[in-house]
Parts: sequence; structure tokens; C-alpha cells
Amino acid sequence: MTDQAWMEAALATARPQAVSALLRYFRDLDTAEEAFQEACLRALRTWPKNGPPRNPASWLIFVGRNAGVDTVRRLKRQTELPEEDKLSDLEDAEAAAVDRLDGADYRDDILRLLFICCHPDVPPAHQIALALRIVSGLSVRQIARAFLVSEAAMEQRITRAKGRIAGAGVPFETPGAVERSQRLGAVAAMLYLLFNEGYSAGFEDAPGRAPLCDEAIRLGRLLLRLFPAEPEIMGLTALMLLQNARAASRFDAAGNAILLEDQDRTRWNRKMIDEGLALVDKALRHRRPGPYQVQAAIAALHGRASTPAETDWPQIELLYARLETLTPSPVVTLNRAVAVSKVGGPGEALAMIEPLADRLSGYFYFHGMRGKLLLELGRGTEAREAFNRAVALAGTAAEAAHIRIYLDRLVTDTAAAKLRGAQ
Amino acid sequence: MLYAVLCYNDEAVTSAWSKEEDDAVMAKLAVVNGRMAAKGKLGPVARLLPTTAATTLRKTADEPIVIDGPFAETKEQFLGFYVVDCRDLDEALGFARELSIANPGVGSYEIRPISAYFPAQLKT
Repeated sequence: MTDQAWMEAALATARPQAVSALLRYFRDLDTAEEAFQEACLRALRTWPKNGPPRNPASWLIFVGRNAGVDTVRRLKRQTELPEEDKLSDLEDAEAAAVDRLDGADYRDDILRLLFICCHPDVPPAHQIALALRIVSGLSVRQIARAFLVSEAAMEQRITRAKGRIAGAGVPFETPGAVERSQRLGAVAAMLYLLFNEGYSAGFEDAPGRAPLCDEAIRLGRLLLRLFPAEPEIMGLTALMLLQNARAASRFDAAGNAILLEDQDRTRWNRKMIDEGLALVDKALRHRRPGPYQVQAAIAALHGRASTPAETDWPQIELLYARLETLTPSPVVTLNRAVAVSKVGGPGEALAMIEPLADRLSGYFYFHGMRGKLLLELGRGTEAREAFNRAVALAGTAAEAAHIRIYLDRLVTDTAAAKLRGAQ
Repeated sequence: MLYAVLCYNDEAVTSAWSKEEDDAVMAKLAVVNGRMAAKGKLGPVARLLPTTAATTLRKTADEPIVIDGPFAETKEQFLGFYVVDCRDLDEALGFARELSIANPGVGSYEIRPISAYFPAQLKT
């Protein structure tokens, strides 16, 4: 790794802490971002000469602060005088304390920066784009590529989202315990959305969208360093790591999705699985289960099994039952039914999902799953009907292709049965 | 004389490396390690998972307490380490608990998963 690459990595890593501290100081997102940008430019000029500082984030905050003050002063001469309180806190003890920056003191800053991206007036997909731009510092071009839209469209989206936030008023007071926990919950949901935006990409889009998964994990670890004893943040980070560990084995060479049970498990990323398992173990010790922890525990059981046969399905079934009580939804029940089919057989699983027919009639996976269970039960005609409905509802060509494999199998089986009957 | 060489760096930076960057660093380190190994001078080498995966067992007058995260006090110094193969965190904590009972006085044990382990290649 070159010094240049190291510096860029250090700047990117320091960004959330530096921008969030500058935001608290200037109370204006654009000023904070510009101040950070200026500090980075100065870092690139002076670090190679003077050597990198021991604490890059505090260096960037200190320099960014001065740069921002200069800018505000220049503007003051050009335009009307801003109120003095725009530059609040300049003389307080904090200016000296900035050298002794402690992650724990700044955790509410970073949480606030992430939280303002989750503003309910901003649509979820735009929240993610905003977080990638402001918190992660990805370029508009990178974000546009990940979201498969033009750079101009993404620029506009981000500008509009920023405008909404600015108009909404950012909460700058230090949050109380309840509020902090609510913010953490909103931020966790946004990070998981960011992760899924990358993870649910099809084969063609997967390489362009993989950075979204990496970024979500990076921010998950960041939150964990700030809030080390939050079991749901452990669960969320573990869940993302355990899912992302399978990324390399999810598609075949032709771009078809490979089911979990058919994946080459030697291609799973062991390091990510180990980190995920370690976090699940840590979270479970708190005995305060939540949806992310339960989903992570399920992913952990898959991660622990080196072959599909070693999967602890009874335990997975129990965990899905738990998830059903925590976050009741027909989709969770559908997932639970997969485990039930492994433990109690297809008949029991089918009985469990039939009552969902009304609510999931437009859902691809429901009909696919129903088809498979009917197939296992030897009810070929009904299975074909279910598979046909699934194909009609398929969102991608890969989904449809996957179901057609079963339809083909049905045709072959029927032909074989006819042949047997004829003999 | 056997020496332990302890590595320190900003994990927020190192854990954000792309796979290519990480592989490149590991390849360069392997060259250095290889020279020591060829001379029969390289003991076990371990790379640790981020501190976010760590748990710390802290001795107290009563039951030891378990804290999420790495060892963070500055009053105590790093004195030694074990590498153990455990099924899960509870088993590792159990071992640390036994150590804390066998050891007099105060002290802490940070339990940190290992991400890559290379056994010793010492000549003797």
C-alpha cells in the first residue's frame, strides 16, 4: 500500500467523526462538509512533509474548524454579518480538548450525523444515498453507479434530501437515554437497508453494488466502537457479516442464483463468519434478544454448518418462532416454514403457509415455496400450478429461471411416470 | 531469547482495506515472515479480529465482571497471552475465569478471536 493510499484510507476513516464534530460546531451541513474538504486538502499537502498526526480525526477537526471559521469570516465581509452564535463554542474549553479527542465523547456527534440522514421526510432510498455522501464520503458518481441512475439524477436527489434536512432543523442538544436508543434504532434500520440495497443486487449489478455492503459493515463496526454494549448493534453487524460472507458463492458462472444448500461453502469468507459468530456470542450474553440478534443467530447456525446436512434446523425453527413473536409478518412465517419442512416434513410446512395465501398471493417466494412443498408431497398438478404462478410473479430473469428448473423436473418426472405406466 | 513482537495500528483503517489491499499487505508481510521462518526463527503468528469482536473479563473483589470490547485501561501492562481453541465465547470466558482465580491480585483478560493463525516454525 502506498503512502497516498494509506492517507486516503485514513481520511476516509476519520470522516464520520470529523464531519460530525464540525457539524455540531458550525450547525450547517454544507459548511461542515466544506471545512472537512479543506482540512483534507491541507492534510494531503502537509502530512507527507511532516508525517501523519497521531490522531488524524482530531487533526482534521482542528484544521477544519479554523478553515471553516475563515470561510465564514470571508463571507461575512461579502454579505451581511452572521450572528455571533453561528460561531458558538469557539472560545470554550472544547478547543483545547479537541486534541484529546476520545471516541466516547464524540459518539453522539456521529450518531447525530447518521440520524439526520434517517429523517422521516426523506424517502428511505434517498436516506441511504445521503448517508453514503455525507457520512461515508462516497462521490456522487460512485453512489449513482451503485443505484443505477445518472450522476445528474443522483446529484439532484442528494441536494433535495439535504434541503429537506436543513429545513427540518437538526437536533443539536445531547440526547437523553431514551432518545439515544431511538436514534440508534433508526440508524440501525438505515444501515440494514443500505446493506440490503447492495446484497439484493442481481448478478450483473453485484460488483457495482458490493461497496454498499462493505460500507454498511464499516458503519456497523463504527457504531459498535461507539456503543460497545448494545446487543442489537452487535446483532446487526453480525447479520451483515454473516450474509456478506456468502457473497462469492451466491451466483454461478451464468449468473443464476445458487440456493444456500447448493453453495460451495469452501468459498464462504471464513474471516467474516468468525467475526459474525464472535459478535453473536457476545450479544447472546446480554439476554436482551431483538430482531437483528435473532436473524444473526439464524445466519450463524448456517455459518457454523460446513455441510447443509450439519445445519441445526430444529434450533433455526425455534429462532424463527422467536422472530415471529418479535416482528410478526407473513414473510417471517414463510421462512419459518422452510425450517419446519426440514424438521417436521413438507406436510406440516404446507399447513403452516396455506393460511398466508391471501396476504402473500402476489409474492414470488410464496408460490415458489408452496410449489416445492407440493412437489415433495407428490402433488404434481398443484405444484405445477404454484410454480407457474411463481414464474409469472418473478421479478428477475434469474428468479424465473430458478423456478423453471422445477417445472422442467416436473415434466421429466411426469414423462417418466407415464413411461413406467406404459410398461 | 524468544521475543514477542506486538503490532499496533488503527483498526478502523485496516479493517476498511479492500480485499485486494489486504491481500497485498499480507503478501508483503509473508515475505518478511518467510525470511525468519527459513532461519528457523519464527514462532507462532496470529492476526486478530477487530476489537469490536473482543470481550474483557475483569477481576474484582467479587465475581469477575465481563465487559464488551477490548481492554482499555492504561494502569496495567500487557504481560502475556494464550492461544486457545474454544467452541464459543463462553468456553473461552470459562478459561479466562480459571486463570483469574489462579492468578493473585487484580488484572484483566481480553478475549479476542483470531482471524489468521500460523503455527510456529522454530528450529529447536
